Amino acid sequence: MLSNFFHSWIHDPLIAHAGTFGLVVWLVLCILAIAVPVILTVALYVWWERKVLGWMHVRMGPNSVGPAGLAQTFADVFKLLLKEYFMPQAASKFLFVVAPLIALVPAFAAWAVVPFDDKVVLADVNAGLLYLLAMTSLGVYGIILAGWSSNSKYAMLGAMRSAAQVVSYEIAMGMALVGVLICAGSLNLSDIVRAQGGNWGIFNGFWLPLFPLFLVYFISGVAETNRAPFDVAEGESEIVAGFHVEYSGAPFAVFFLTEYANMILISFLASVLFLGGWNSIFPVSWGFLGAPGWWWLFVKAFFFAFFYLWFRAAFPRYRYDQIMRLGWKVFVPITIVWVLVAGCLVYFDIVGPGKV
Amino acid sequence: MSFELILFYLFATVLTVAALGVITVKNSVHAALLLVLTFFTAAALWLLLQAEFLAIALVLVYVGAVMVLFLFVVMMLDIKVEPLREGFVRYLPIGAIVAVVMLVEMLGLIGLKTMSAQALPADPAGASNTAWLGKALFTQFLLPFEVAAVILTVALIAAVMLTLRRRVGVKSQDPAKQVAVKASERVRIVKMESASKGGTP
Repeated sequence: MLSNFFHSWIHDPLIAHAGTFGLVVWLVLCILAIAVPVILTVALYVWWERKVLGWMHVRMGPNSVGPAGLAQTFADVFKLLLKEYFMPQAASKFLFVVAPLIALVPAFAAWAVVPFDDKVVLADVNAGLLYLLAMTSLGVYGIILAGWSSNSKYAMLGAMRSAAQVVSYEIAMGMALVGVLICAGSLNLSDIVRAQGGNWGIFNGFWLPLFPLFLVYFISGVAETNRAPFDVAEGESEIVAGFHVEYSGAPFAVFFLTEYANMILISFLASVLFLGGWNSIFPVSWGFLGAPGWWWLFVKAFFFAFFYLWFRAAFPRYRYDQIMRLGWKVFVPITIVWVLVAGCLVYFDIVGPGKV
Repeated sequence: MSFELILFYLFATVLTVAALGVITVKNSVHAALLLVLTFFTAAALWLLLQAEFLAIALVLVYVGAVMVLFLFVVMMLDIKVEPLREGFVRYLPIGAIVAVVMLVEMLGLIGLKTMSAQALPADPAGASNTAWLGKALFTQFLLPFEVAAVILTVALIAAVMLTLRRRVGVKSQDPAKQVAVKASERVRIVKMESASKGGTP
């Protein structure tokens, strides 16, 4: 097992030789083992997005820098980091600098409770689902503060739109998660994944009994990350670039990183909560194909990450009032009804941990 | 001094300073942000007491939702602080009396509690914080819990009723009709004979 290997070769010697300090080093190593791959994945994801968009527009996409254009993102990052950092004269100085960091922290902190495999999780906390909801809701502060501190009308409008949108979709998202926790009987993400294990492979996932909640969750996730077709917070055609219109260089790169890290996070969460996480999509009895493992989680997450790009290329931007209507008048009623249905499903022993 | 105690003093200091900042800073947006910091450190203090459910719920509800709306309103209104500060000295005695009464009430309540009731036994079967809290809320305290829920729902509906007004003459789209529209209702294909050659004026 992966976790046993690292435990016996790195964790145990560190604790044995350095005690408490060794534990701190081990934790920092664990955090780096999550954060660095996330950043690299963001770079590759940006490349993949541009490729997919290119193909859907019948063009090539990036293809000049590096093999198949793979180094394009890295070139862009270096360009952004070397560019001049510009601050508007009338900006609220402290908040203007801090806002990108406030946006970045929750996007990475949320990864602490994502279980990659059985027992491969940084913090196996009992209230993991709640923690995730709290972290995803904190991300909006970075956007609001960026918009306000820029002292620009466009940035302000973007921030206002984003605040209203995120608060609205939070409710639908939270209600969708309530359905999941009713079915799993736990707030712990590892337990939620275990509750989706069984002999039917992918059909053990909660997406089947909770199909409306599954759709609501993923669409709310797209809205929460301010992505197309819900990207009114930075609608280029209306308010230039929304909340980050005054940002240039490295702080802009941080906003960019945050947005894509959040997208990947939502993709992972949708896989963990509804598609059975590290469980195989094939029945357990199928031998090698049925074996659970982190690669299944990555395959499922890639599936959702691709959906993000597909949405962006396929749908026109929603109008602001349409977004509000969808969130409040369509999603919230659906989730309330289906939470009731989920309760009945569990009560009559149709769905639940170890069922199906 | 144990590590936890150091953390407690650290968080308590931050909380007090931030709470003082809320009522003293000039800019209302800064005050709202300091309130966010206050909630956050309060949650950290609760985490130190191993009340992880309550702590995360505090962050989720107050920091994640309530304060975002607060900031939204404060940023939109562009409040001038100076008029609000007029009469500070005049109303100081009344404010002080209210504060003292609240303090006495809180101390009395907490003092009575600590004298009369003993602390609830910490999770007897080693159950998680959340499960234990849920069990207590839905068995021992079911009625107060339900009453609180009803009161909140009534307040919600009342707030909507107070602000909802039907204005006449407002142009707005009906999304259901927009979705149900067919191409034949919007575009009419007209077949026309092509103009004769050479007949251009």
